[in-house]
Amino acid sequence: MRVLAEADLRLDAGPIDYALLVIYFVVVLGIGVMARRSVSSSLDFLLSGRSLPAWVTGLAFISANLGALELMGMTANGAQYGMATVHYYWIGAIPAMVFLGLVMMPFYYGSKVRSVPEFMLRRFGKPAHLVNAISFAVAQILIAGINLFALAVIIDALLGWPLPVSIVVAAMVVLAYTALGGLSAAIYNEVLQFFVIVAALAPLTIVGLIKVGGWQGLVEKVTDQEQLSAWPATELTGLDSPVWSVVGLVFGLGFVLSFGYWTTNFAEVQRAMSAKSMSAAKRTPIIGAYPKALIPAIIIIPGIIAAVIVPEMAQLKAGDTSSGVVYNNVLPLLMRDLLPNGILGIAITGLLASFMAGVAANVSSFNTVFTYDLWQDYIKKDRPDEYYLRVGRLATVGACVLAIGTAFIAAALGGSNIMDYIQALFSFFNAPLFATFIVGMFWKRMTPTAGWVGLLAGTFTAMFVYAISEPSFGIKWLELPGQGASFLGAGLAFAVDVVVSVAVSLVTRPKPDSELVGLVYSLTPKEDRSHSTTGEDAGWYRSPALLGGGVLALTTVLYVIFG
Amino acid sequence: MRLFDLRLIIAFLFGLYGVVLVVVGVGFTSDDDLRKAEGVNINLWAGVAMVVLAAVFAAWATLRPQFTKPATTGDDLGKQG
Repeated sequence: MRVLAEADLRLDAGPIDYALLVIYFVVVLGIGVMARRSVSSSLDFLLSGRSLPAWVTGLAFISANLGALELMGMTANGAQYGMATVHYYWIGAIPAMVFLGLVMMPFYYGSKVRSVPEFMLRRFGKPAHLVNAISFAVAQILIAGINLFALAVIIDALLGWPLPVSIVVAAMVVLAYTALGGLSAAIYNEVLQFFVIVAALAPLTIVGLIKVGGWQGLVEKVTDQEQLSAWPATELTGLDSPVWSVVGLVFGLGFVLSFGYWTTNFAEVQRAMSAKSMSAAKRTPIIGAYPKALIPAIIIIPGIIAAVIVPEMAQLKAGDTSSGVVYNNVLPLLMRDLLPNGILGIAITGLLASFMAGVAANVSSFNTVFTYDLWQDYIKKDRPDEYYLRVGRLATVGACVLAIGTAFIAAALGGSNIMDYIQALFSFFNAPLFATFIVGMFWKRMTPTAGWVGLLAGTFTAMFVYAISEPSFGIKWLELPGQGASFLGAGLAFAVDVVVSVAVSLVTRPKPDSELVGLVYSLTPKEDRSHSTTGEDAGWYRSPALLGGGVLALTTVLYVIFG
Repeated sequence: MRLFDLRLIIAFLFGLYGVVLVVVGVGFTSDDDLRKAEGVNINLWAGVAMVVLAAVFAAWATLRPQFTKPATTGDDLGKQG
């Protein structure tokens, strides 16, 4: 990210662009003020009173993930690797989202837990719960700070505001609307942000395609024709053998990494938990999967176009780094070259909105885990609900202040590297967590001890693989370029967690069946796992299974056409 | 929990954005702007698309006013009010 400031990315923003930006922030804060009026309990504040329709939670579900790293990173990958980037969407998200909706959501929503750590508490008891709740809370604060820092770097590069000013201003805006309106305000803004991002990227893609001579023109002008096909993606995985590259993609990215991320990350799952019924909760990730499958068209294709029409980008691609431009600059460069004032303001708004929504997702999931899983469970039990509503609001303030702190730490440590490390590190919590969840949901014999021992064993395995393969640590027992090391780390963490969990379970005492009703598949009556099909949930087009099958079919078709 | 209707906010924001962009596109587009976007009046077209989006959301909110869960429980588990 630091390199961003070296190349000249200053956009020629005029009064009209600033006006559009200001309108957006007025609406965002207005949502916070209006949402406050409907908050009367801690559940309203922290889980939107479980009242939201599925299309809202579904769009928020993918929007919470459509933050800074996603937008800048995936356009950059598009420019650098071409079509292979679609794997991050089609194989790396869609199957896991459908799985979350159809298989796991019945337990999350049906058991009425208020967070992912709370599911751990009910299924495995306190040690596993504490490990999960604390690591999640710490991770969210760190990632929020890094998101804030990334946001400030972008504002500095695009508009020339000093870093500390942007960090504090952005944190205050997020604080204002999440402290007022809670999760509802965060979710409403995520949905709004989704449309603004589409409104920014779609014109960019269309103008870019016209400039390059349409799809046909693009295909002819791409210098490396191999980058027009998604398989076998050897550049992306860093594995020379095409067979191993495909295996790495399917099992590493498609199975362990993506299932771990999408099914256990509370910042995501929280959106589905706030849905108004079991049917809506199941549909949340599946409805989100449709735009997720289609959005590469306006994220990856602009990246490919930029490599053809932006002169600095074409130079970089040819190996000439003299302009100081890096792949992460794709989006600002395209905006600079293609968008006139007016729509440029929308594009700047979209970028800033997506960064802030990322921070808001971190903060709103942090305050739920802090309030329910740490404060209520371990510090002050059995207080009236107003007390916990106040704790939730204060936790929001605390989270934003801490995030400003971690943002300055990230700035002092030098940006992009630290961001990569922390992302990698915390992605390693997800793979073991997924293993523990999936074994625990389907095998009633798995014991509380196995819950936390398996989790720790898996996490240490992942950290070990990371330590011996990350070049800058200097150990270098293992040399895997590209994404290969994180695929391997996550895969081994998953396997170790499963083996350790099974072994420990066989020698320790399981929970009695009566305590596992609603938490384990074989002990949960079918009617508790199924959703109603009447009223607001009626109609074949609201069937989660049908919608899930539909998006899998759509993704397959997309692979056949563009893969 | 009675939340205000998000669809009306979307309609409001994009209605406003759309009108502003159409005005900019029709009245204040220089030849430089046109050249930048390869001859396309992108402000005008994006503005029109946003007005259409706003109209769709406004129509949806008008035809189906029910937004969040009604006060009487429609929850399929019946545990949450």
